[in-house]
Amino acid sequence: MRTRGKVKGLRQTEVLVIGGGPAGLSASLEAASLGCQVTLVDSDLALGGQLIKQTHKFFGSKDERAGTRGFKISEILLEELERYKDRVKVHMNCTATGFYREDGVVSCVIGEDEYFRIKPGKIVMATGAQERLLPFPNNHLPGVYGAGAVQTLMNVYGVAPGKRVLMVGAGNIGLIVSYQLMQAGVEIAGIVEAMDRVGGYWVHAAKVRRMGVPIYLRHTIKEALGDRVVAGAVIQEIDDRFQPVGKEIQIDVDIICMAVGLTPTCELLWQAGCEMVFVPQLCGHVAQRDLFMRTSHPDIWVAGDAAGIEEASAAMVEGRIAGVGVARSLGKDDSSEHSKRLEEYRRRLADLRGGEVGQKICQGLECCTVNEWGV
Amino acid sequence: MNEKERLFNSGVLVEPRKGAVEPPEDLWQNKKNGLVIIECPQRIPCNPCHTSCPTGAVKPFKDINDQPEIDYEKCTGCARCVAVCPGLACFVVDLTWGDEDNALMKLPYEMLPVPEEGKTVDCLNRVGESISRGKVVKVLEPMHDRTIVVHVEVPRSKVMEIRTIRVVK
Amino acid sequence: MVMDLIEKHPILEFKHGKKVKFTFDGDEMEGYEGEPIAAALHANGVRIYRVTPKREQTRGFFCAIGKCSSCFMVVDGVPNVRTCVTPLKTGMRVETQRGKGVIAMDAD
Repeated sequence: MRTRGKVKGLRQTEVLVIGGGPAGLSASLEAASLGCQVTLVDSDLALGGQLIKQTHKFFGSKDERAGTRGFKISEILLEELERYKDRVKVHMNCTATGFYREDGVVSCVIGEDEYFRIKPGKIVMATGAQERLLPFPNNHLPGVYGAGAVQTLMNVYGVAPGKRVLMVGAGNIGLIVSYQLMQAGVEIAGIVEAMDRVGGYWVHAAKVRRMGVPIYLRHTIKEALGDRVVAGAVIQEIDDRFQPVGKEIQIDVDIICMAVGLTPTCELLWQAGCEMVFVPQLCGHVAQRDLFMRTSHPDIWVAGDAAGIEEASAAMVEGRIAGVGVARSLGKDDSSEHSKRLEEYRRRLADLRGGEVGQKICQGLECCTVNEWGV
Repeated sequence: MNEKERLFNSGVLVEPRKGAVEPPEDLWQNKKNGLVIIECPQRIPCNPCHTSCPTGAVKPFKDINDQPEIDYEKCTGCARCVAVCPGLACFVVDLTWGDEDNALMKLPYEMLPVPEEGKTVDCLNRVGESISRGKVVKVLEPMHDRTIVVHVEVPRSKVMEIRTIRVVK
Repeated sequence: MVMDLIEKHPILEFKHGKKVKFTFDGDEMEGYEGEPIAAALHANGVRIYRVTPKREQTRGFFCAIGKCSSCFMVVDGVPNVRTCVTPLKTGMRVETQRGKGVIAMDAD
């Protein structure tokens, strides 16, 4: 018998929301506003997910709080949560570790050793995403950090990750985090991008370029240098088939920041037996869902990056939709209100997905969206 | 991929295009307080330049993903969009400022140290090269949200190159 | 060792909690209560959090969301603690984890 590991009895909740980022917070708020009792669990030490690390102003329209910085949006959502505190119970530093199909029970652990089991009526999986890594020699060295981790360190806890950074990847995350590093007083040695153009918004690239940051298109990282920690990096140009060509460039850095994409966190969806499909445009395996974000499992909804990698504005709207879906299935409130909100949220999503980047998302969604689940 | 494409694909504007046009020369010459230049050539879901514009100079978007279009007759150079744009893609240029060799630029700025009025700063082009010195005329925080709008006196000949400043240590 | 923190930021204001003392491999350090152990270590200049069992490679901070196992350390004698999501408490004894770590068992 282990000395650690306290297991408590079975808890109940009408709705369990797993993940307190933009999608999970929005789902909780929406469900609570329609009269649901919600339990929200989040594995981090603070609510807000990736929002709390975003110093840049958001795009979108007024509905998505365009022009407001990400961390402020998180504060706004948390204020809203405060209004529903009698309906939303929050567990922080709490990881949902398993879904048991036999009885629909979810196991959770607070910290490292306080376990409990919970039996929800409905579940919204808003588990977010995890970062990808590239294979290259020495990629295990301390100093090779995920971009999200770098953001947490510097923007949440005020700790500069290093002195000089090589950013790998020029998607929105790579570009934004480069800019944020400069705001924190850290030098960016350069950004490498395997494609022949930046993957993120052009304006984000323009912001770092005009401050003198080189973006090496069609380049990749060849290896990290260093014995026990990162002491440098070697980058190299690649051809159309991503094969290394041309001469190697050695770059003097103490941090290599990886921003080569995210993949949906979907373990619990697999465990629940949801119908899953691999969708490259959404960056991994995602659950099939209907227009309410309901998965093939009648009691499970999905929202945000867990439903396919997109960005926070869309995640918030998806969370709202899932919240309405859950409330509707529980017979809460009147259905005309549900329809009105859904119509509004779907319009907003369509707007957000109308641009260049949104086209790819829409293609992906076609591969995993059903109109209605058959009974 | 030629050099021009390579530059543009990495976030450097090399020539005017949809969403990144120059103001009409004749109007610009005599427009007190200046006219806006927006460099937003990609379709992205974003419209605060339009929704924040007090005079309707940034035309309504049919689709939120449209590139901004400007009615220059209506632009007053107020720089509200400079303060609001999430992409820091709006810049105001006042050609009526000072003597005939100078112009005033109103630029967004979110770095440290904060420039000080009266001090000399480096003026950087779209790839971060220091191409001239400028004098800080005014430092404003119009939306009280930490995005600063810096008014800088710069050489008139460089207004289509200068896109940000760096405080000289 | 003095904590190396971002003093000035153009956008953010950092609100730290109570400053507490803890030890890393026997050395006394300072950090903020409730913030992740890994962040406190990083501020104190620590980069190597564990050494792998077979190849004895160094590992440090990586994902910061409790998913990757890179920052496992021995905390108050307990191995495999995810230091990126475990809040710092006063007097914590934090040690570099070498190998797999040994789980303490009850005497009976």
